[in-house]
Amino acid sequence: MPTPILEIRNLQVTFNTPVGPLVAVRGVDIDVHAGEMLAVVGESGSGKSVSFLAAMGLLPRSATVTGSVLLDGQQIVGMSPKQMRSVRGRLMSMIFQDPLSALNPVHRVGAQITEMLRAHTKMSERAANARAVELLEIVGIPQPGDRAMQYPHEFSGGMRQRVVIAMAIANSPKVLIADEPTTALDVTVQAQILEVIQRVQVQFGTAVVLITHDLGVVARVCERVNVMYAGCFVERGNVHGIFEQPTHPYTRGLLASLPQTGVERLVPIAGFPPNMLRPPSGCAFRARCDHAVEACGSAIPPLVPVGESESACIRASELMGRK
Amino acid sequence: MNSPTTSPLLSVRHLVKEFQMKAMRRSGRRKRIVQAVTDVSFDVHRGETLGLVGESGSGKTTVGRCVLRLIEPTAGQVAFDGVDLAQLNFEELRQVRRKMQIVFQDPYASLDPKMTVGASIAEPLVVQGIDGNHEDKVVSLLELVGLSADHARRFPHEFSGGQRQRVGVARALALDPALIVLDEPVSALDVSIQAGVVNLFGDLQQRLGMSYIFIAHDLSVIRHIADRVAVMYLGKIVEIGPAAAVYEHPTHPYTKALLSAVPLPNPRVERARSRIMLEGEIPSPVNPPSGCRFRTRCWKATELCAMQEPTLEIRGHGQLSACHHPEV
Repeated sequence: MPTPILEIRNLQVTFNTPVGPLVAVRGVDIDVHAGEMLAVVGESGSGKSVSFLAAMGLLPRSATVTGSVLLDGQQIVGMSPKQMRSVRGRLMSMIFQDPLSALNPVHRVGAQITEMLRAHTKMSERAANARAVELLEIVGIPQPGDRAMQYPHEFSGGMRQRVVIAMAIANSPKVLIADEPTTALDVTVQAQILEVIQRVQVQFGTAVVLITHDLGVVARVCERVNVMYAGCFVERGNVHGIFEQPTHPYTRGLLASLPQTGVERLVPIAGFPPNMLRPPSGCAFRARCDHAVEACGSAIPPLVPVGESESACIRASELMGRK
Repeated sequence: MNSPTTSPLLSVRHLVKEFQMKAMRRSGRRKRIVQAVTDVSFDVHRGETLGLVGESGSGKTTVGRCVLRLIEPTAGQVAFDGVDLAQLNFEELRQVRRKMQIVFQDPYASLDPKMTVGASIAEPLVVQGIDGNHEDKVVSLLELVGLSADHARRFPHEFSGGQRQRVGVARALALDPALIVLDEPVSALDVSIQAGVVNLFGDLQQRLGMSYIFIAHDLSVIRHIADRVAVMYLGKIVEIGPAAAVYEHPTHPYTKALLSAVPLPNPRVERARSRIMLEGEIPSPVNPPSGCRFRTRCWKATELCAMQEPTLEIRGHGQLSACHHPEV
């Protein structure tokens, strides 16, 4: 296995809130390899976005980040804001759910891409302008020359997300973090945007981390999948293994709650995710788990190989055998 | 299900809703009219669920609101239990509204943060001037939606999203409605919670026999819950029929493209199937295309599609679709 382009070890994020420390991410390890499309799946509040906002150095001061984030061999945790600025947008970019808030409403979109280019290179204004138009064309915007002169409000939701992708890939970053990039879009537009992201991944060899709650999207475009719950990874593995032989009760619960052809009655997961102001001892899922035993409460279970995947359930092998 | 001889609970005919956009003096722009819903007709039978699907701007939410006369239709008839709603005065409408309720998408916005949940649920009873012990009724409603009696004294902020949506459902049930419009009722919920609320809708219908108009953009949820489905595009129904027919044998190119765009949570199936990638986006409802409104994105469009508007015709599997070149 070649060295990963992004290597996160024991990442912990704690927010200091007026009512006490809130532990959002509790020891996350992840390797992202060049050119792959990796999924991070989880529900609201699982810590999937916060993990990568931390890696991008985008969290507010109320957040304490510990652990190690190596991007192309460079340690990011503890970098000064100035150093971080030279990394963000050059080596690693991030796109978000709402493209409108990622764009400046009073500047032409071309100028915003140009700014991105000139912030990191010594490109002339003219060359940057030409490159901006080229980038708009890469992400599939028709008449890119004219469109570059328009303002964000003149674009539809899907077109805005394309513009944001163009900005994100302007400096050919090694890693693109896409945080729910299609959640606000209609399905037919979602299909278009996923195709653009896949094209970027394949054409430029950019590693893409796709953060999403949509398991259908994961099934369509990702190879490796990480399932997150209450600030920890509970399962990870190849997409086929995760969907066909899930090893963690939470993953199984997620899949069973999806409406699918031939399913008569959906099976929700009982209860709620834990309050992270008072994180539970041991496995965070045990309060909602049908298979929980006393031992589940003793320590946060680490990911161990089970079948083709890795699972953070101490009973994974036993439960797999039973099925 | 009902025999075809019983009259429909709700009958919508040639419904039109236009919104006027303000003239902009400085830019010299004239008054413009947004054609949100154009000539939409459908029935909802007793005890059935009609799914209304479509992308943003298709007009599905506007249809839901016109049905309840929350907004006034520009033209067309909405008959509830044989009574044309447009003919009713305010007081008569208020009486009929007992029988029709709505549940909104955002359970955070649809409950008054300063009212206890019990008071919110009892409010429709108070508004309708119904005497009796509301407390008992509230408790039975809470239990009906899977909450418990002591939840009545709590405030909305003490509930999770899924619980809050259950409160919204309890309030909608307070007056024993015959029809509930569910406007994206599970879109804001995580899937593991959504499943419980979707099950609740099914269970309630089985117990109480009301009809639903279930509006959603999530086609998998609609398939799971709806008996019949209407697919909308740019203010019009392009295909309507039994859910199985529409999903298994779509005959309108838009329906086909829409279904093929939905990612299925099964990597083997998902990667093996072919997808129809639609070009561009939905056109502006201010100036919709002539003839068939989908023709600008349709791979089968011909001159005929621009000249003549297709009407809903019966197709092989019992559905209707509006297309000159239907899929077979």
